[in-house]
Amino acid sequence: MTSSPAVRVRRLHKRYGRRVALAGIDLDVAYGEVVALLGPNGAGKTSTVEILEGHRGRDGGEVTVLGVDPARVGRSGRAAREWRSGIGVVLQEATDLGELTVGEAVRHFARYFPAPRDPSEVIEVVGLTDRTRSRVRALSGGQRRRLDVALGLVGDPRLLFLDEPTTGFDPMARRAFWDLVRTLADAGTTIVLTTHYLDEAEQLADRVVVLAGGRVVADDPPAVLAGRAGHQVVVRWSGGERRTDDPAAVIAELTRRHGGPVPGLTVTAPGLEDVYLDLIEGRP
Amino acid sequence: MTTSHRTGHPSALLLGLHRGRLELKVFFREWDAVAFTFALPVVILALLGSIVSGVYPESDVTAAQYLAPSMVAAGVASATFVNLGAGIAGDRDDGTLRRLRGTPMPPAAYVLGKTVQTTVVAAAETVLLLAVGALLFELRPPTDPARWLTFGWVFLLGATACSLLGIAVSGVIGSARSAGAVTQLPYLVLAFVSGIYVTPIGALPQPLLVLGSIFPLKWMAQGFRSAMLPDTILPAEAVADWEHGRTALVLAAWCIGGLLLCLSTFRWHGRRHR
Repeated sequence: MTSSPAVRVRRLHKRYGRRVALAGIDLDVAYGEVVALLGPNGAGKTSTVEILEGHRGRDGGEVTVLGVDPARVGRSGRAAREWRSGIGVVLQEATDLGELTVGEAVRHFARYFPAPRDPSEVIEVVGLTDRTRSRVRALSGGQRRRLDVALGLVGDPRLLFLDEPTTGFDPMARRAFWDLVRTLADAGTTIVLTTHYLDEAEQLADRVVVLAGGRVVADDPPAVLAGRAGHQVVVRWSGGERRTDDPAAVIAELTRRHGGPVPGLTVTAPGLEDVYLDLIEGRP
Repeated sequence: MTTSHRTGHPSALLLGLHRGRLELKVFFREWDAVAFTFALPVVILALLGSIVSGVYPESDVTAAQYLAPSMVAAGVASATFVNLGAGIAGDRDDGTLRRLRGTPMPPAAYVLGKTVQTTVVAAAETVLLLAVGALLFELRPPTDPARWLTFGWVFLLGATACSLLGIAVSGVIGSARSAGAVTQLPYLVLAFVSGIYVTPIGALPQPLLVLGSIFPLKWMAQGFRSAMLPDTILPAEAVADWEHGRTALVLAAWCIGGLLLCLSTFRWHGRRHR
């Protein structure tokens, strides 16, 4: 059972009216892997994840999640519940459960699953033990998202979806949340993460899948992706910038032109960000 | 951690009861919602009951006593129709339904949980209104078990019909913020044309009476009056008969109609989706 991938997607198509949202996506996620779906708003990240979660239909292609086609699983019935028990979904921007305490919410959601994890252990994993008796509406934004993760984890899922988990976080909360995701990954949880933050994908993912205009434009480990920039470096000065294989020649030419030191001169190796911007803007 | 996926899933019935308990806990922690649902009928009964005066001819029923059972019907409608319409719209807005969709909880458990919540709230509202009627206006509860039986089936059919209509109307509500307007306005108009605030109902103009007779509230109120008031009050009714058969028929028809409406309008997600 575990020899097949957790997620397998081939030629996935989705249209909204005449607008093509997904134009043939291929995606594989192995068990134990952390995969980031990265892309600008409207790239198709959310559509893809909602199709994988079984909350949205598709117009073409093959999808299996935990060995099952989500479009065929239905809403109720034994097979649907069996399949859903293996999946944890962490929503973005939910504001429900406000009047319950953290403990009440997690304990209640544990009841939905055939073999849940211990609620107090899950609360500890997400670092909310000292807020167990607090009302959910009294939590900070970061704590609230930790609770969302706890509710996604309490069913002991084999596959966890995190939809733009750190949007709106301050830098401290983001770092702390990344540590939480690393803890989950180290424990062997398969994670599909959507984000439009490059550093988040680089920090957390084993593999980064870049979506743009409904297509996969890259699918590589972060290091390989950054390496795509090749040997070119960027020479910047107050008057402009140039990409080159031979920075010495460029600087020599600039020095000649300025008749002395070049103002604001820097030489940088392009990082993941340059590669990413090139990818989503369709530059070579 | 290897978990056996052969272990059983909890039953929809059990989860529904747990959800009902959770919904009640949440309901009673939101004081504005509690006040909204409970206080309105109680305040109106206390105020109107103090304003109206007089005893109906050929009976010992006061105008205030006549109002009380009608207000119980209005209270049940408030606890079911208004409460569910706004509650489900809120669940759709704040992500409750989206979150539940991602879990193996069967949808029937959600519906059952709402049913448990509204039934308990409607029953509490009924007891509260009857207590206010007894304390302020010397409304005497019936001693004849047959009348309690009438009270029981009217409550059951009326609460079911209004609950289903509340679920149906939640599908029309755009967002939780507009829920108040979409549920409260029809509720107040309906209460008026159903003769809830008018004593006796026979004083209502004929066109309004006809309009009110289409909807379940008028019949629920009439059914409660038939259980709580002596038959000597019948001349004050629109028709000098309790019309139990007709009441059961209209309420049952609304249960079926409400169910069909629910099935065609219910949405798991908000308008923004899709």
